[in-house]
Amino acid sequence: MNQLLRFIFYRVIVRLVVLVVLGLNVRHRQKLPENGPAILVANHNSHLDTMVLMTLLPPRLLSIAQPVAAVDYFLRNPLLAWFALKVVGILPIKRERENRDDDPLLPCYEALAKKQILIFFPEGSRGEPEKLSDFKGGIARLSEKFPEVPVIPILLHGLGKALPKGELLPVPFFCDVFVGDALFGTAGRTTFMRQLNQRMKQLAGEGTFAAWE
Amino acid sequence: MISLSVGNNVLWSLGGVYAILVIASLISLLLKKFRPERSFTELTQRIRSWWVMATIFTVAMVFSRNVSLVFFGFVSFLALKEYFSIIPTRRADRCVLFWAYLAIPFQYSWVYQESYGMFIIFIPVYIFLLLPLRMVIVGETKNFLHAVGVIHWGLMTLVFSISHLAYLIVLPATESSETGGAGLVLFLVFLTQLNDVAQYVWGKMLGKHKIIPKVSPNKTWQGFIGGVATTTLLSVLISGLLTPMSINMAIAAGLIISIAGFIGDVTISALKRDIGVKDSGSLLPGHGGILDRIDSLTYTAPLFFHFIYYFYY
Repeated sequence: MNQLLRFIFYRVIVRLVVLVVLGLNVRHRQKLPENGPAILVANHNSHLDTMVLMTLLPPRLLSIAQPVAAVDYFLRNPLLAWFALKVVGILPIKRERENRDDDPLLPCYEALAKKQILIFFPEGSRGEPEKLSDFKGGIARLSEKFPEVPVIPILLHGLGKALPKGELLPVPFFCDVFVGDALFGTAGRTTFMRQLNQRMKQLAGEGTFAAWE
Repeated sequence: MISLSVGNNVLWSLGGVYAILVIASLISLLLKKFRPERSFTELTQRIRSWWVMATIFTVAMVFSRNVSLVFFGFVSFLALKEYFSIIPTRRADRCVLFWAYLAIPFQYSWVYQESYGMFIIFIPVYIFLLLPLRMVIVGETKNFLHAVGVIHWGLMTLVFSISHLAYLIVLPATESSETGGAGLVLFLVFLTQLNDVAQYVWGKMLGKHKIIPKVSPNKTWQGFIGGVATTTLLSVLISGLLTPMSINMAIAAGLIISIAGFIGDVTISALKRDIGVKDSGSLLPGHGGILDRIDSLTYTAPLFFHFIYYFYY
């Protein structure tokens, strides 16, 4: 039942909105994973980010793909929680740790062990529209723990114009999705973060983006 | 049996379009076979995109008037979206852009109702006055004038101009021409697109003297004149099939379409050069975006429409 709901949501409703209202310009689609486990890492400006990334995956991977999202935001009321967990299919994690020994990323470890595909936004929350903020280190710890799992950097542009933080009304814009080469957490956390940030900047340099002030 | 809304002349002409596409595909196959050292990827992509566009256009034209109107409305929407995506916009204008998009269903509903008066003034008068008001309510004054101009130019070229194609569709058949609006649209779109190709081919073969080097360094006088001659000749040949025009009028229409098509083309080129992009998008492989394809139509559609409307309606 849930799988059916998810399928209708992503393959019909979201797909229609993403293709007609937005319109995507995808570069290097072949670099997306063909199987789990994998981690898709992207910059975060809009609720539409998750939707776009989910439609990029082939339908057979839909059931194993989970966007990692914050408990405090998405589980704040029962209706939103039902929608987020059952339809969108998020993997809820806590942004704050309660005890010093808690590891907020624990659910991610379990999911990767089950060969799931995670969608991860290392900026922590939706930042200023169309600005790339620095990535936080959680992704490096995750990748260090699972060095054989590919981390695929993806640059999104335009979605923060279409539906920025705090707005309800989506406005149509064509959006760019640039997929980068996979990274692996084999060389230590600092090196990994440097490589990841560098790869995102490199992807950003591939396009000419219209100013948005 | 599905009944088609267009006459035999239109169907025969559409058949002719496919015949040309078959020939083009054959030529590109022969080129690939006999000159394997050169890459024809872009040519192949271009021809493949032409097949897709011709098929969508055929479906949009033959079933019913309303399908055609929705189709042209959607073309306007895609083009406007592409335009708003490549130009610099202000964050404060998000809701203004939303209103601008809303003008599309209104504009095409005037066409549907055959309300010529509203069709012709809605964007140049009402939307022209309304959008600045909406911007004033938002209250951002920095770059206000620039934003007003940019948004309205997009609406005029991509919604107002393109909607003339839709109004051609609803023009009734006349005594001298039974094909009515569908024949006129096919005539206009076919000649406009053919003019682009003819100017390109003549330019490649004979091109020497640059016509407008600052905007479009590849355009030459030879290409331009060759295109005008080819298009005008074809206009005379097919006008009897699709339009009520006499030979003299067909010559005039051919000149209007070929010259205006060139101007539309270089106008969008100037826009792209200003922004610093080569193609306006990636919707049509080998061509670029939708703006790259309908650039000439933004000039030919209103000019041909008013030429026909003045003399025949």
